[in-house]
Amino acid sequence: MINKVVASPEAALADVPDGATIMIGGFGNAGMPSALIDALIAQGARDLTVVNNNAGNADAGLAALIAAKRVRKVLCSFPRQADSWHFDKLYRAGEIELELVPQGTLAERIRAAGAGIGAFYTPTAFGTRLAEGKETRRFGDRDYVLETPIYADYALIKADRADRWGNLTYRMTARNFGPIMAAAARCTVVQVRETVALGELDPEEVVTPGIFVKRVVRIAPLRKVA
Amino acid sequence: MKKLDRNQIAARVARDIPDGAYVNLGIGLPTLVADHLPKDREIVLHSENGVLGIGPRPAKGMEDEDLINAGKEPVTMLKGGSFFHHADSFGMIRGRHLDYCVLGAFQVSVAGDLASWHTGAPDAIPAVGGAMDLAVGAKNVLVMMEHLTKDGKSKIVERCTYPLTGARCVNRIYTDLAVIDVKADGLHVVDIVEGLGFEDLQQLSGVPLKRAAASKAA
Repeated sequence: MINKVVASPEAALADVPDGATIMIGGFGNAGMPSALIDALIAQGARDLTVVNNNAGNADAGLAALIAAKRVRKVLCSFPRQADSWHFDKLYRAGEIELELVPQGTLAERIRAAGAGIGAFYTPTAFGTRLAEGKETRRFGDRDYVLETPIYADYALIKADRADRWGNLTYRMTARNFGPIMAAAARCTVVQVRETVALGELDPEEVVTPGIFVKRVVRIAPLRKVA
Repeated sequence: MKKLDRNQIAARVARDIPDGAYVNLGIGLPTLVADHLPKDREIVLHSENGVLGIGPRPAKGMEDEDLINAGKEPVTMLKGGSFFHHADSFGMIRGRHLDYCVLGAFQVSVAGDLASWHTGAPDAIPAVGGAMDLAVGAKNVLVMMEHLTKDGKSKIVERCTYPLTGARCVNRIYTDLAVIDVKADGLHVVDIVEGLGFEDLQQLSGVPLKRAAASKAA
């Protein structure tokens, strides 16, 4: 029998080793797997490489992981924001490494890893500083830059509903990087709002098939107190 | 001379976006264009974070943290809207499916090079987001910016001094002083604000300008 549902975020992340590469879903707070990140902070793994679109907002989630000095390197497209103060401070002090990747190239490098693609040519960033040192090639009348996949040991993502096979649905723009990160990591751990019985998810509406998912944790959403 | 304010520039951009267009509005100044799109046109707004068919800002108290745009502001959905993941979203961009994108800029060169992501200052933390993908992917790249820097230097330049977002990618520039097309043979002035002559604009810009064939530029 297949049952990917795990009792707690702590149990789901107990085996994360130091030095792991971890993809973290979310775009800003939409799709940010906060309960999993909190559990990762408590778990203590350090020297991590984190792949996310941003480098943390305000003081919670990824920002808290960065503030706790667990992150050696961040791969992202948009680190600098009005509330990215934890990253900014460590970056300026030379205590955290940054690999800046254009957002579409970031998404496609993640997708390529999950899809078994060895490398790909993209027109994005040709002729810019972010393509320096990279192989380029002209196809037809356009110039392209060679980019390679980003693989991860773990992906921590947030979805809306899951069954015990790990099939997932998402909610609105909280989907963002979830489906492609799920496929790119060896061990994908998903925080969901609700777990449902096998067969309750219409196969037509499953966005991430369970084959990409290893562990599912149900986290009841906090009711917002205004 | 009557310089256009931010909303007037946005309205001028909006006027050029036709019925049926798929459009991405960059974060910051370009976001204002949404408020000025003519109501009688069906225009589908795309956002990098996986959404087509963005509607107006939600009423206070109706925000949903799972429904945001690329600027991470709460939005609503129009009937007919759709959600998709990030790789599909950028496939739409790079795959030349978007008719227009509107981007802010630090500088645009005579050749249409765009600099918008990095001042190049040694202590600056660079952030590029989706701008490089939009610059190479959208069928029409529109730039919206003030014509001059705070100290009066032209942001339209012979050669960008800031790091490039994309090379030879800009099609049209909208500023508080003029609308200018970037073509293979140089910059063509399409529109100019009231009270500013072509020669004055030429002098302020510091790069060679041409009068567009059907331009109102005097």
